[in-house]
Amino acid sequence: MKSACGLRLAACGGRFATCGLRLGACLVLLASFAPAAQSRPQRIVSLVPALTEMLYAIGAGPQVVAVSSYDEYPPEVKALPRVGALLDPDTERIISLKPDLVMTYGSQVDLQAQMKRAGIPTFDYRHAGLSHILATMTELGVRTGHATEADRAVAAIEARLAAVRARVAGKRRPKTLLVFSREPKTLRNLYVSGGRGFLHDMLEIAGGDDVFNDIDKESVQVSIETILSRAPEVILELRPEEIPAGLPMQQELASWARLASVPAVRNQQVLFISGHAVTVPGPRIAESVERMAKALHP
Amino acid sequence: MNIRRRIFTVVSLFALATIAVVLWAPTVGSTSISLPRVFDTTIPWHENVDAQIFFVARLPRVLSGAIVGASLAAAGVVLQAMLRNPLATPFTLGVSAGGALGAMLAIAFGLEVGMMGVSSVPIASFTGSLVATAIVYWLASSRKRGLSTNVLLLAGVTLNSFFSALILFVQYMADFTQSLRALRWLMGDLDVGSYTPIIAALPFVVAAFGVFACLPRTLNLLTLGEDVAAARGVEVVRTQRLAFLSTSLATGAAVSLGGPIGFIGIVVPHLVRLMVGSDHRIVLPAAALFGAAFTVLCDLTARTIVAPLELPVGIITALIGGPFFLWLLVKKS
Repeated sequence: MKSACGLRLAACGGRFATCGLRLGACLVLLASFAPAAQSRPQRIVSLVPALTEMLYAIGAGPQVVAVSSYDEYPPEVKALPRVGALLDPDTERIISLKPDLVMTYGSQVDLQAQMKRAGIPTFDYRHAGLSHILATMTELGVRTGHATEADRAVAAIEARLAAVRARVAGKRRPKTLLVFSREPKTLRNLYVSGGRGFLHDMLEIAGGDDVFNDIDKESVQVSIETILSRAPEVILELRPEEIPAGLPMQQELASWARLASVPAVRNQQVLFISGHAVTVPGPRIAESVERMAKALHP
Repeated sequence: MNIRRRIFTVVSLFALATIAVVLWAPTVGSTSISLPRVFDTTIPWHENVDAQIFFVARLPRVLSGAIVGASLAAAGVVLQAMLRNPLATPFTLGVSAGGALGAMLAIAFGLEVGMMGVSSVPIASFTGSLVATAIVYWLASSRKRGLSTNVLLLAGVTLNSFFSALILFVQYMADFTQSLRALRWLMGDLDVGSYTPIIAALPFVVAAFGVFACLPRTLNLLTLGEDVAAARGVEVVRTQRLAFLSTSLATGAAVSLGGPIGFIGIVVPHLVRLMVGSDHRIVLPAAALFGAAFTVLCDLTARTIVAPLELPVGIITALIGGPFFLWLLVKKS
């Protein structure tokens, strides 16, 4: 029928023939997309811990069949098979699990090409700002057949963030240095948040002014001199593990004590926030922002 | 000119230039500071930002740069003469790879065995250097004829590759953030942040330089060949042992302080030779001084060129040292 239509149009002249071919192509394309949009992936492999957390938060957890070697949350993932991570994805293992959707990081181009060759669809993701986390959750909802739950989860996070914004509104925003990595017990190899990325966005919502606002980078390696000259009023250090009170905490604070002229050091405003959740750009950000806000504005 | 007078003049000139660089470097940086304010004792320490930038941020950096540069350059001169190989560097004999492996292990396993204010990474690095030195020394020493420089060179190069593979393995197995930290360590960093690591490295560097001070005349003879040197009364094996152990000590201390900063150990000795000739009585002290000034200037560039960000010093030493060396090579030939 379609081709008959095209042929008939072709008989009417070249212009119409093109028209008919386009129409045909559109119909074919629509036909090929329709089932994909309806089908709901049942065997998802996630190589990105942040995406795994999102999948569980939007109710797609039972569809996840394998995760990366760095996945720790939610506790259910501990029972799942591991298939490598960012730099060492185990392609063979991934294919053998017969996934119908693989969550990859944007830079895993080789893996994405291999999946394409194997006919396995991928969901490519890159860390970006806080709004991107929420947009990704919504997108994942549509892709995995959990659009409503995703919208609900996103709305809940937005509500908590709005509550934090309201709580800190009008309060003085301290100049804050957000540290997320350094050599233990020294001030060497200091990595801090720059003026971009989810950590920066979280700090801004929590009512702090990032001292490295002007540097358009997610992570910045800074020297001691720069910290002294920027004089932060609060130093907020994110740590994966809890620092035990007593001697270990004293040693950590002693490293900062050398910078006596920094207001944060002088006024004992070197604060620690511990736990893996703080540095994962996933659905637990609302809780992390609340903790940051509590530290900055007790 | 009388040789003594020539040594005195040339070394004094290098010393003056180095002192000038070391005094000037802490006054320059990404932030502008006022020198009168830095030394104004009426301002309380915790309120004097300028003094803190000078004494806490810049001075330890400049001092560690000078120590690392002098150690690597002097070790380069000694090893090139001892092995009679112009390509030898302080990193050729596996000592720095041992140091790097130690540091990688400390980073990857999160070792926290800090001692007297020195953190675990430099301690592990220095220990790694000592272990590598011991292995190479044991391999190269035979009961019959003492120390074989050929075996020393081959064992060092092989151990270097072996340790490099282990470094990659440790990095590969480590957590992502730890891998990044490890990679950054390998690029070299002089922002030591306190005087403690410098004080900890100093005794080893001083001991090594004590040995270096006795070597120049012997090195001059060794470059003519081991037999010639022996015929002139040089205790070849003893000298080689001393030279190997002292360069290892200096390299280990330098690597633990600033990471394996490349290029200084090979380029500086050759640059200095192109400038002052090949008499080790002049080359050795001049290279140590030039190495110190060169490293301090490279670090100055690293911390100011993209301020408030900074570049790893190892990248600058190679970027400046390489073309400069090639230019001098072409000009002199």
